[in-house]
Amino acid sequence: MDDPPAPARSPRAPAPAERRILMRALSDPILKVQNLTMRFGGLVAVNDLTFTAGRGDITALIGPNGAGKTTVFNCITGFYKPTTGRMALRHGTIDIDAHVERLTDTPNDHLTSADGSLYLLERMPDFHVSARAKVARTFQNIRLFSGMTVLENLMVAQHNPLMVASNWTIGGLLGFAGFRKREKAAIESAKYWLEKTKLIDRADDPAGDLPYGDQRRLEIARAMCTEPVLLCLDEPAAGLNPRESLELNALLRSIRDDHGTSLLLIEHDMSVVMEISDHVVVLDYGTKISDGTPDQVKSDPKVIAAYLGAEDEAEVEKIEAEVGL
Amino acid sequence: MMMEAPAREPVNFAGLLKDAVLAAAIAFGLFSLLLGLKTDQTLNNQMVLVPRPGLLATVVGLVFVGRFLIGYWQAINAGKIKKRKAAATPLALKIEKYGTAAFVGFLFVYPMMVLGTAGPSGAIKWIDNFGIQILIYIMLGWGLNIVVGLAGLLDLGYVAFYAVGAYSYALLATSEPVKEFMAGLVGPTFWPLWAFWICLPVAGILAAFWGVLLGFPVLRLRGDYLAIVTLAFGEIIRLVLINWVEFSGGYAGISSIPRPSFFGVPFNATESGFAATFGLEFTPIYRTIFLFYVILVLALITAVVSTRLRRLPVGRAWEALREDEIACRSLGINTVNTKLTAFAIGAMFGGFAGAFFAARQGFISPESFVFLESAQILAIVVLGGMGSLLGVVIASIMLVGGVELLRELDFLKAYFGDNFDPAQYRMLIFGACMVLMMLWKPRGLISVREPSVFLKEKKAVSSDLVKEGHG
Repeated sequence: MDDPPAPARSPRAPAPAERRILMRALSDPILKVQNLTMRFGGLVAVNDLTFTAGRGDITALIGPNGAGKTTVFNCITGFYKPTTGRMALRHGTIDIDAHVERLTDTPNDHLTSADGSLYLLERMPDFHVSARAKVARTFQNIRLFSGMTVLENLMVAQHNPLMVASNWTIGGLLGFAGFRKREKAAIESAKYWLEKTKLIDRADDPAGDLPYGDQRRLEIARAMCTEPVLLCLDEPAAGLNPRESLELNALLRSIRDDHGTSLLLIEHDMSVVMEISDHVVVLDYGTKISDGTPDQVKSDPKVIAAYLGAEDEAEVEKIEAEVGL
Repeated sequence: MMMEAPAREPVNFAGLLKDAVLAAAIAFGLFSLLLGLKTDQTLNNQMVLVPRPGLLATVVGLVFVGRFLIGYWQAINAGKIKKRKAAATPLALKIEKYGTAAFVGFLFVYPMMVLGTAGPSGAIKWIDNFGIQILIYIMLGWGLNIVVGLAGLLDLGYVAFYAVGAYSYALLATSEPVKEFMAGLVGPTFWPLWAFWICLPVAGILAAFWGVLLGFPVLRLRGDYLAIVTLAFGEIIRLVLINWVEFSGGYAGISSIPRPSFFGVPFNATESGFAATFGLEFTPIYRTIFLFYVILVLALITAVVSTRLRRLPVGRAWEALREDEIACRSLGINTVNTKLTAFAIGAMFGGFAGAFFAARQGFISPESFVFLESAQILAIVVLGGMGSLLGVVIASIMLVGGVELLRELDFLKAYFGDNFDPAQYRMLIFGACMVLMMLWKPRGLISVREPSVFLKEKKAVSSDLVKEGHG
């Protein structure tokens, strides 16, 4: 089902730790993308993509510009309906492979058993992907509510639980205590994420007033306020200076380790990708060309060729020699 | 360069003069034939050219002076560093807070004040034409503010919901079957007395229903398209009311609509009327004062509800929708429902106002629900500052009260002759005001946004950052 890591030409045995991590994608997956194809008219943006993201992993999706990474994100988060393909996400320990075919045969978009729930993301409208399947995302071009304060941004992210607590507005309008209590809790949760992202001092400032790096962190904080199981980050390090990049790495690690949220990220900044990811999937022209640990991917000639634009083997060898591989 | 004391550059008078002379020369060239010469008829039916050097000189002189003054004003302001708007904004919030309390207090004593100063016969005009009329528009403005100001959906057909509310009340209150049914149920005097109080919520609910009905087809539309469809919706409602004569009476409208009672006590000169019941001498002013308080309370309910809604998740979702719809969806907000609630709640308040309007007038026809009304309500919201309740109040007083005030300027006839009617110029003044506002304060009178929740300190959000929405 899952493609084995693309064979490296200079085989190097993965270190035990690496092997364990790669096994996680196989043994404890959170998201299984199968045969995902997205066509826009005649353009094939994503072509028969299959990969697995492990629970508790930071999975990086990399590739040259126009490789279809953001399209994959838009499919996973429901903004695009894929032409073909299946994206299964699980909560809990429900066995994806055992149930996914059965679920696919029904018209439902999810299935719940004693071990957890299984969601078919391609069947859900975008807001359900976030509200029910608990997949949050950030955007390549930051999309904050710039006219609202930082705190308000985080409160909007907790819309659904607050809506329930306000009895769909009626209880809130009448000032029921239950809603006020829940709102306090929501503010506390917002405060937690503001402290975590070092934005607490700017809580009452309009989001549009923040510097670029802060806006990126706020978008991550906002996504985390929806309490996701999978957080999809579209180029979180774009436009950050090296120090901010390092802080981002620490933040992402902490999200993974302290909150059990799995991460899927698109990134161009290789220092971020190689430093923090457990698992890297490489796309080129919508097709997966490599899949493995950062070290495996780094030494994969297909990846090097894709990034450096070399076509024939001899040239790849030459380039490899130059970069010292 | 030193920043703290920007040396003001000396005003270049020679340059200014040159500029002004140039402008005057252009004006002379333009107007020498247009204004300087007038064709006239002599007694022998000959056409002659009458030179008007005085008029021409005045116009050219005005252009010269005007150009010079504008240039001078620009020159002395050029050196000033533009102050950041956000820094000075908490003041605006304070004004809004205390200003609102003072204004509400003033409104409650307003009828008494007018009654004391103008007497019962003179007071009707001030309470009805100024008080009630302005309050209706304030209420409509607040209702539309939910749709346009908070949710950012441009609605050019808001008057449709006003019409739905008005016709709901008028039709139900004058309907014979309903009257008979109610007479059989609780006695013959019940329905005419209580119709308003029972139909008021019904009118609101029906308007909300029509709001949802309009909402569905326009959910996918944005910007200009949304504006055009809502505009068309307003026209459809009006045209149906005109053409479906059996239902709505067509152009003739609906007359003798029951007036609201004082909770069952009618305002008439009979034994059981309001004046007799409370041992007062009968005058029509009591009804007017009562209507004033009814619309005041209705408007205050609108204000309180929309203020509270803003602090609830649904209100925050409206504002978030105005800021960025895609981000909303990525956070699990059902944007369809959110838009529909905005349309429905905004329409509901329009429906309440409509029912009140029908009860106050006693007569309604489609003439009252033309596009100009929608435009005026929208102008009130935009002029007031989108999202600001106090702004809507100020704009209503300016636009509605201003037009009424024009009617009071009879003394101008002494200068301009008996044919001069200042009210005829209201559209001109209205337009000029709009142009000036857009130049001076493009985001409305009160353009800062008050955050709905804060951690330490409430800071106003500058209008530069707040988006207008995609509608």
